[in-house]
Amino acid sequence: MRPVSVIGIGKTPFGAFPGRDLRSLAVEAGEKCLRNGHTVPAQIEAFFLGNFAGPSFTGQNHLAPYVSTALGIQGVPATRVEAACASSGSAFFHAFTGVASGVYDIVLVVGAEKMTSQPTPKVTEILAGAGDCAGEIKAGSTFASLFAMIARRHMYQFGTTREHLAAVAVKNHANGALNPDAQMRKAIAMEQAMNGKPIADPLNLYDCSLISDGAAAVLLAPTERAGEFTDKPVRVLGIAQASDFVALDQKPDITTFPAVRRASANAYRMAGVGPADIQLAELHDCFTIAEIVAIEDLGFAARGEGGPFTLEGHTARTGDKPINTSGGLKSKGHPVGATGVAQICDLVLQMRCEAGDRQVPRHSLALAQNLGGSGATCVVTILGAV
Amino acid sequence: MSQAMSEATGTIYTETVIYSATEAFAADVPYQTAIVSLDSGGRVTGRIINEPGERVRINDRVARVEFRDGVPFFRKIA
Repeated sequence: MRPVSVIGIGKTPFGAFPGRDLRSLAVEAGEKCLRNGHTVPAQIEAFFLGNFAGPSFTGQNHLAPYVSTALGIQGVPATRVEAACASSGSAFFHAFTGVASGVYDIVLVVGAEKMTSQPTPKVTEILAGAGDCAGEIKAGSTFASLFAMIARRHMYQFGTTREHLAAVAVKNHANGALNPDAQMRKAIAMEQAMNGKPIADPLNLYDCSLISDGAAAVLLAPTERAGEFTDKPVRVLGIAQASDFVALDQKPDITTFPAVRRASANAYRMAGVGPADIQLAELHDCFTIAEIVAIEDLGFAARGEGGPFTLEGHTARTGDKPINTSGGLKSKGHPVGATGVAQICDLVLQMRCEAGDRQVPRHSLALAQNLGGSGATCVVTILGAV
Repeated sequence: MSQAMSEATGTIYTETVIYSATEAFAADVPYQTAIVSLDSGGRVTGRIINEPGERVRINDRVARVEFRDGVPFFRKIA
């Protein structure tokens, strides 16, 4: 296996864009990425598209060549990867394996989702397709309710509080307010985050990520060739994907995600680093409780300590372990299929010192954690500034 | 306790009350769902039938009172 680097990034802003379709968003991100990586379409040897539910949201299927040809990429393998909210993290993982193995040199990965063309109850229904439709979903579960049940159990076992959950939302909104590409550039107060409209008890509106349109793209190359394309390459030091039950009620303990533990253990081993070495991270805060559980599963804090760790300010932009300096899914937005690649883009911005007002001082070793469903897929990526 | 009885009773492992649902369940909100640890082993996600103003909590004992379209409905027992 040979070393692989990110040589280009590109993103659309995240938000509600009534006049834009899925393909135009994906093409915008892809073109920005090609320009950023000083690459032309004819150089691309494979194309991967991370997308969760394009056919359900938009009616369009066969999306990978639909997007790649619009980008001017002709003839090469074009593959869509679906793994719920981890779709583009998984697309990135598979692109990595293609370059690391030597099958391809230059690979473009785009993650994209168009969600706002549907009313909220329909979006809720489409998202529920990432759960067990014959069991938990048939019983009336929504994704918010699955994470609400995780939160309820986490509170029971560890004493996690409503204030801990709200602290995640307040922190991520404070970061997102500084991100020009974020959907909700608005700081919120603790009292507001504590008292939002109930969605699935104990989660309220401020515990839930947004319904978004958007796309993100990254370009990968063998590290030995990275210098041909950029003077700021970022190494993929470690990466792993892991899987687990789709149905929440099949997990022995819902306060921890075995797929996150497995993926992170493998990524840490591959990179030769541990959780204490990571300087900043983008975590999958689809709901506030998900960030707290991720903090624990990744080893940033002990089990049950994710809430206090957040409330104490460790994960703030000014803390010793900044998490979601982009604003996270909560404030930046969560166009489901774009999220995994967008996390990589946001970390690369930090590692290149291009993160503007949200730039953190320590940025040479970073981690992205992209979760699918209620933990059935997880991709963990560790990046190093060369 | 008979086998039939033990299959139909269990303990609340976790629960939530849902206020925002898909169209199929919009008429039911707010409604409670729970993961129930069955006395016969394993866990299942089901709906809770509550008296007005009541709800079940973790460790409450419940009994399955019916299936609707394959979904188990539970009610709190003493």
